[in-house]
Amino acid sequence: MIALLLRDLNLAVRAGGGFGLGLAFFLIVTVLVPFGVGPEGAILSTIAPGILWVGALLACLLSLDRIFALDFEDGSLDLLATAPIPLEGVVAMKAAAHWFTTGLPLTLAAPVLGLLLNLDGAGYGWLVASLALGTPALSMIGTFGAALTVGLKRGGLLLSLLVLPLYVPTLIFGAETVKRGADGMATGTALMMLGAITLAASALLPFAAAAAIRINLR
Amino acid sequence: MSLWEYANPQKFMQTSSVLLPFVSVLTAVCLVVGLVWGFFLTPEAANFGSTVKIIYVHVPSAMMAINAWVMMLVTSLIWLIRRHHVSALAARAAAPIGLTMTVIALITGAIWGEPMWGTYWAWDPRLTSFLILFLFYLGYIALWEAIENPDAAADLTSVLCIVGSVFALLSRYAVNFWNQGLHQGATLSLDKEENISDVYWLPLVICIAGFVLLFVTLVLVRTRTEIRARRIKALVARERMG
Repeated sequence: MIALLLRDLNLAVRAGGGFGLGLAFFLIVTVLVPFGVGPEGAILSTIAPGILWVGALLACLLSLDRIFALDFEDGSLDLLATAPIPLEGVVAMKAAAHWFTTGLPLTLAAPVLGLLLNLDGAGYGWLVASLALGTPALSMIGTFGAALTVGLKRGGLLLSLLVLPLYVPTLIFGAETVKRGADGMATGTALMMLGAITLAASALLPFAAAAAIRINLR
Repeated sequence: MSLWEYANPQKFMQTSSVLLPFVSVLTAVCLVVGLVWGFFLTPEAANFGSTVKIIYVHVPSAMMAINAWVMMLVTSLIWLIRRHHVSALAARAAAPIGLTMTVIALITGAIWGEPMWGTYWAWDPRLTSFLILFLFYLGYIALWEAIENPDAAADLTSVLCIVGSVFALLSRYAVNFWNQGLHQGATLSLDKEENISDVYWLPLVICIAGFVLLFVTLVLVRTRTEIRARRIKALVARERMG
């Protein structure tokens, strides 16, 4: 399983395109927002938590269809499905690789982009904490969506239609944590709910995603 | 004699063809009686004026929007566990109806909201969760349409329906946490004091019965259509072979 994780990480870094693209997209979204709403600091700092979370979410979405598509095309997904390790484990590792290549860089880059959006000083810690806790859930839910659409020719658009509604709770609790943190209110509940979603998603969704892959490979 | 007999398409077609006229007539009677009674024979409410009459479409359609998803969840589980094709087809048949009910509830709500709250739309928890439910229906139907192999489509949509149900419930509570609402509480709960007054209660219940029956009728008709479509496909395939 570790070998699989390292293989996916290597592929993501070396194949080009996928790795930096999510980050660049995140940067562009955050840069575009002030052009849209105007440069006033007060407005920007009120919408900063939401924009940062929505941007991270969209950047995550961007690379989802690559999780299984390449392996499906060259047949290695069939090999993985018949390999001695359980398919659930394969799925979990795929999600982990996706998180290491998108979720983790997004989390690390977010404070810099928060600076661009004039985020309140108290919010930075909570921004990093909420993204670190929440983005694994995004990767896991997205892996489930990718598993559902793996055999489809034009799966990309359908994938976003399927996955975005599933992202709603994560987005709400994530952005709420940052907003409350920036306003100096208690963030415990939202952060705990975020952690609960991540834990539950990584415990249960590998089974659903593996079932979907088995159906698609049948 | 058990419930599973109706999982046989042949048996289902026979029974539903006998049942369908009765259910349709009953639907029409309930809807006509309920709506006419509600629209013309009840007084206008003190704070609402005549807008109160939207309730006879708004509440039943909202209830059916949720119940249609629950029915899809049950039939999806039956399909995954017992592999009855009628069950999968019934889930497929119910989805567009549920979608329509969601849209009706949202639109009547917007029309009602404008005179009452002064706005067509507010990010109230109930309204927001209905919008999310609408997106779930869209995704579910799109997945059915996208996959060509009917059995794989039934399997994948069933999995999506189960996972989606969990996330739909989660969204409901997340949205509650996120914003406080304008929408009133329950209208028809059994144990509360603040229920709707008796004048409106009876026609409303008849309307709800009418919408339930309407849903049953439409699901039966659409499931029959799906079964026939599949038979035609099988016949065409057989022609080609021979």
